[in-house]
Amino acid sequence: MTTKNGNAAPVKRVEKHPGFFFDLLKRLVLEKPLGTFGLGIIIIFFAGGIFSKFIMPFGMGQIHLLERLQNPSSKYLLGTDELGRDELSRLIYGARISMEVGLGATALGTVVSILIGATSGFLGGKVDMIVQRFVDVYMSIPNFVILLTIMTILPRNLIVMIMVLGIGGGIWGTRLIRSAFIAIKSYTYVSASEAIGSSPVRTLLVHIIPNIMPTLIITFTLGIGQNILAEAGLSFLGFGLPPGIPSWGVLINSSQAYLQTDPQLALWPGVALSLSVFGMNMFGDSIRDLLDPRLRGGVGRYSLSDKKLQQLKENLSAKANK
Amino acid sequence: MGAYAIRRLLWIPLTVILTTMIVFLLVRFIPGNVVDIIEAQMAANGGGTIDRAAIMHLLGLDVPVYVQYARWVSSIVAHGSFGVSLRSSQPITPMIIQRIPLTFELGLMALIIGLLISIPIGVYSAIRQDSITDYILRSISILLISVPSFWLGTIIVLYPSIWWHWAPPMEFIPFLTNPLGNLGMMIIPALVLGSQQSGSTMRMTRTMMLETLRQDYIRTAWSKGLSERVVVIRHAMKNALIPVVTMVGGGIPGLVGGSVIIEYIFNLPGMGRLMIDALNGRDYPIISAINLIMATIVIANNLFIDLTYGWLDPRIHYQ
Repeated sequence: MTTKNGNAAPVKRVEKHPGFFFDLLKRLVLEKPLGTFGLGIIIIFFAGGIFSKFIMPFGMGQIHLLERLQNPSSKYLLGTDELGRDELSRLIYGARISMEVGLGATALGTVVSILIGATSGFLGGKVDMIVQRFVDVYMSIPNFVILLTIMTILPRNLIVMIMVLGIGGGIWGTRLIRSAFIAIKSYTYVSASEAIGSSPVRTLLVHIIPNIMPTLIITFTLGIGQNILAEAGLSFLGFGLPPGIPSWGVLINSSQAYLQTDPQLALWPGVALSLSVFGMNMFGDSIRDLLDPRLRGGVGRYSLSDKKLQQLKENLSAKANK
Repeated sequence: MGAYAIRRLLWIPLTVILTTMIVFLLVRFIPGNVVDIIEAQMAANGGGTIDRAAIMHLLGLDVPVYVQYARWVSSIVAHGSFGVSLRSSQPITPMIIQRIPLTFELGLMALIIGLLISIPIGVYSAIRQDSITDYILRSISILLISVPSFWLGTIIVLYPSIWWHWAPPMEFIPFLTNPLGNLGMMIIPALVLGSQQSGSTMRMTRTMMLETLRQDYIRTAWSKGLSERVVVIRHAMKNALIPVVTMVGGGIPGLVGGSVIIEYIFNLPGMGRLMIDALNGRDYPIISAINLIMATIVIANNLFIDLTYGWLDPRIHYQ
């Protein structure tokens, strides 16, 4: 994003700069305490998801019929559900499902966004016009409503959920990718690449994609949280994952019948869900601040900081008093 | 501006036509024919057999899809009629008209609450950038976006009833019979919906304020010796809030979509609640109608934002 026009060096900028992610991480830790906190939450979330099988005290479907709807105890730290399944184990397994849905759908969505956005932005003209009208139509129906409608049609399982969220989110992301493409297409190095006879695919992969990396990183980090929330919302209403897959949305849905007697069944999945998405949004927000020069809110980077302003004001008033 | 507006308007009919097609075709793929569902219900209630062909004909499902589409569109255009519900045989248009005011009221209240929370906090967060207060306020704004409304709604209804044996009124009170009671009942759903919207508005307000506070004219205002209040309110806020206005408009689709969940949790008889019931009952005509109405609201809203943007901010020129 900071590449200057006419500079001969920026070819493969990201690859030639092996410290890109390390640099980003360093700046995150130094400049963005909130983002670093978010990263901490994300690490815990992913660790929980990846190692869920080792952390879970019981199996996610292990039924203890004699110990149904128990309150938290030393055996079942968060109590048990209506079939006597350990709530904590199901909660930890929920992290795994959320992780799969979040990562899977966002990765698929990014690919879909690039495919549509690239075709549209790169080819321009009539193709762009036609593709954009369809994107317009899709985006005119509120996202959650169209997801609900689509999920009524399709079978309810993990793969379908990931596909629907991925493709749907991908179409929403198209606009952003397309405008990034159009902006970069006008840069000299893209014309230069075309002038030396590179194929469009080569220009795309070697010159354009690395330069929209910041946009992609931002949409990716923020997308994970959004997809996890969408899955939970759909599952809560009974249009997402089936009851056999204990995602956090499914857990909150199945807790509805026991709210008055066992409110903790609704409490913990929501806390886990909110905290994870909170961490992802905090992290994504900070990454955006660091990568997007338009939104950069760094300390006094652009102009007068608060302190300087204060000094200036004091100087002025001192002069005025003389 | 004039040429832009005309070009922008010319696309509207095409967008609407494509939307009707998608909305109509989408629900035709719903598995579990409504006749099957009726049959299953009859069997469950101990009823006998049904005449499938007659029912299909009665519901207009016995002709090819494109004929169904043509009938559907022409009845909307000619009579403003979305057909009848497959389950209750009631005409859909009055059913929806009856429910729109509630969804509209919920959305409007949520919008107002959202702005009342987000703008002052966003502005304050910007003028105290990187202070502890700023960090806390920003964390809260991100938290508001992250907490799912369906869970927040559940918890807000649940915990007061357990701790203090008090539950928010769940009985629906129509506005016309008891305006105050209605507002009192709507305030909690609107707060849940509005707080979720306020998170993103708060962030946008903060970003825009920060950008504006670094402009030359703000420095000029400071150097004229104006007080902070005047600089912030008169010079900075006026300019910073223009994109925020657009973003609030851009949040309307989210508000419409979010109302589905809120109406479901708080048991409000609005359009969103009707949608969920129709989805569960495979009642295609209602699903299509609500999708189309929501899409029309969004298309009109987006057009309005695009056109007012140039008017709000004279620096923007459309070509």
